[in-house]
Amino acid sequence: MNNPSPTAPLNYLNHKTGLWSWMTATDHKRIGLLYLYSITTFFLAAAVLGLLMKIEKVAPGETIMTAQTYNAMFSLHGIIMIFIVVIPGLAAVFGNICLPIMIGAKDVAFPKLNLFSYYVYITGAILGLYSQFANGHSPDAGWTFYVPYSAEVNSNIILALMAAFTLGFASILTGLNFIVTIHRMRAPGMTWFRMPLFPWSLYATAWIQLLATPVVGITLLMVVAERTLHVGFFDPKLGGDPVLYQHLFWIYSHPAVYVMILPAMGVVTEIFPTFSQKPVFGYLPIVFSSLAIALVGYFVWGHHMYTSGMSIESRWFFSFLTFIVAIPSAIKVFNWLSTMYGGSVDLKPPLLYAISFIFLFTIGGFTGLILGAVATDVQVHNTDFVVAHFHYIIFGGMGFGFFAAMHYWYPKIYGRMYNIRWANIAWGFLFTGFNFLYFPMFIMGIQGMPRRYYDYDPQFQMGQTISTIGAVILFIGLIGMISNLVYHVRRGAIAPANPWHGVTLEWQIPSPPPHENFDDIPVITRGPYVFDNPHTK
Amino acid sequence: MSTTEHSEHSEYIDSETGKMGMWLFLFTEIFLFGGLFIVYSVMRAKYGEDFHHGALELNAFIGATNTVVLLVSSMTAAMSLTAIQKNQPKVAIALIFSTLLLAGVFMINKYFEYGHKFDLHLYPGSEVMRNLPKGEIMFFGLYFLMTGLHLFHVVVGGVLLTIVMLRVKSGKINSEHFLLLENGALYWHLVDLIWIFLFPLLYLIT
Repeated sequence: MNNPSPTAPLNYLNHKTGLWSWMTATDHKRIGLLYLYSITTFFLAAAVLGLLMKIEKVAPGETIMTAQTYNAMFSLHGIIMIFIVVIPGLAAVFGNICLPIMIGAKDVAFPKLNLFSYYVYITGAILGLYSQFANGHSPDAGWTFYVPYSAEVNSNIILALMAAFTLGFASILTGLNFIVTIHRMRAPGMTWFRMPLFPWSLYATAWIQLLATPVVGITLLMVVAERTLHVGFFDPKLGGDPVLYQHLFWIYSHPAVYVMILPAMGVVTEIFPTFSQKPVFGYLPIVFSSLAIALVGYFVWGHHMYTSGMSIESRWFFSFLTFIVAIPSAIKVFNWLSTMYGGSVDLKPPLLYAISFIFLFTIGGFTGLILGAVATDVQVHNTDFVVAHFHYIIFGGMGFGFFAAMHYWYPKIYGRMYNIRWANIAWGFLFTGFNFLYFPMFIMGIQGMPRRYYDYDPQFQMGQTISTIGAVILFIGLIGMISNLVYHVRRGAIAPANPWHGVTLEWQIPSPPPHENFDDIPVITRGPYVFDNPHTK
Repeated sequence: MSTTEHSEHSEYIDSETGKMGMWLFLFTEIFLFGGLFIVYSVMRAKYGEDFHHGALELNAFIGATNTVVLLVSSMTAAMSLTAIQKNQPKVAIALIFSTLLLAGVFMINKYFEYGHKFDLHLYPGSEVMRNLPKGEIMFFGLYFLMTGLHLFHVVVGGVLLTIVMLRVKSGKINSEHFLLLENGALYWHLVDLIWIFLFPLLYLIT
């Protein structure tokens, strides 16, 4: 990729060249980049779908597409964004690139399995795309595949289900690899509590991937069995129960939300100390809140089903636990703010994204409590309010966390620096566009605008138009941000090994890192966030 | 060991690491079946009487035979590991081969068992099934899906153990490097373990 001067030492990008060397790469950094390029491609495709849906809604009635096309679009948008982009997202890209370096290892525990899981991922992604175009029957059951519709409708549901199943398998293998890596590959002296917090968040995430994904795997297979064998587990005519499907689906898919958000929390937890030049506030509470989120997150799935027919006791129980799971998230927010307090804050693009992460995540979190309370949920269930809430969490949280990670580790990954001014401007567009796009949806949702409708009453005209304008601004910011990053991969100024004066291990090796990261495995003698290196003053 | 494709990274994968990966994978398998066990318990609670009649239809004798077959095959798999640790590759090969034979016996029994059900038109989607009480439809649906998924795991385990056997033969698995054999045996024990739960739940509790 890069063309270094002949004297420059070889790094992971140029120690071997050619397409084949990338396709068969077992180097964790190269696999991370393979994921990065695949995920970015899919992300852009699904973002365009999102934009098209918003353009459809700029005026009431049919604007640019029919209702059926709209249904297929939100299904495709959801399936790509959730299963192909957001769930693998941070763990597969930055987990792969950074985890081994941050714990002082030369690679993950199973490098070949790592490459294998990438190909499983690509297979699933291609299956997902194929399901959209085969026979012209795009799946239109949403990303949640609710029965009975998904069991009966005549569209490519089976292909889409198999795609989700395959992608889940890739996710399991990545999680498995990371757990073993963290248990077995930490550098000498790196005790559990000397480990940086991004690896900690990946550790909590990996356990969720490992233990929750198989449940959705078997659930999706059961829907396949419904369609092919007419087993009837979810069909009341044959004795089955459609609500059972929703339980099984959300047993995975709620923890999956934490698969999305926990690594993003880990990223910003790395960024705040570096850009405040101050040790992270409350290391242990952050560790244990990650683990608590992973654990309690298992037992809150019922809050997706308050209106599906559950006993009042169940609803009470799930609502209570939903409020409990908000506590560790709040602890983290206080920790991040306290880390910045009194530090020498340097407002570079990674920190901008990290701060907007807190802002957006907090809005998403608080509106989550409105949905977690049974009485208010019944009012806003299946409205735009829900859509706004989870975009604030998933896009505002995971998405902005991903952008933060991209801007933070970019100089390490490529050995080049992007244009900071350009990055700041793109951030401005993204942040402004985001709020214009999604905030009106909270208000329209409370007023009764249902989700997944391609049309609306004239009373929502104002909000919908603002939202569409926001989508356009957001999209401009997105293009601006990505072109800045892509452009400077080859043309950016050469970045020093440690441009942000970070103290975790990845900043102590050259940029880009050499093929096996460390010539000598470092010996760790202290915690991860000690800021006493000379160039910080 | 020097010629194997593992050598490039062999400095990373030690036996403890490899086994840990396998154990974690086995957890995911248990959770995979866990989804079906949840459906089973929900349906059993709802249709206790029908499940009773459904279970009477199953042939507990074949089920019990298959249980013994799988238990013995698990024993031979475990013994092959001890054999390779004692540097007796020929014994190990013979023992793995017996495991595979027993897996074959299991599948033949299953073939006759499924065949009998098909003769009676007891399979999901059939006319006969549709006229059964709802709980029995659920019972036979679960029976086919659970034992079917288990059978798939028997096949995968068989393929895995065949690869292991060939590697023992070629000397790639030997008294010093037997991680793959150990993991293959672990996988086989899982196949066994799941059957040990399926057998009473489907055949015995009437």
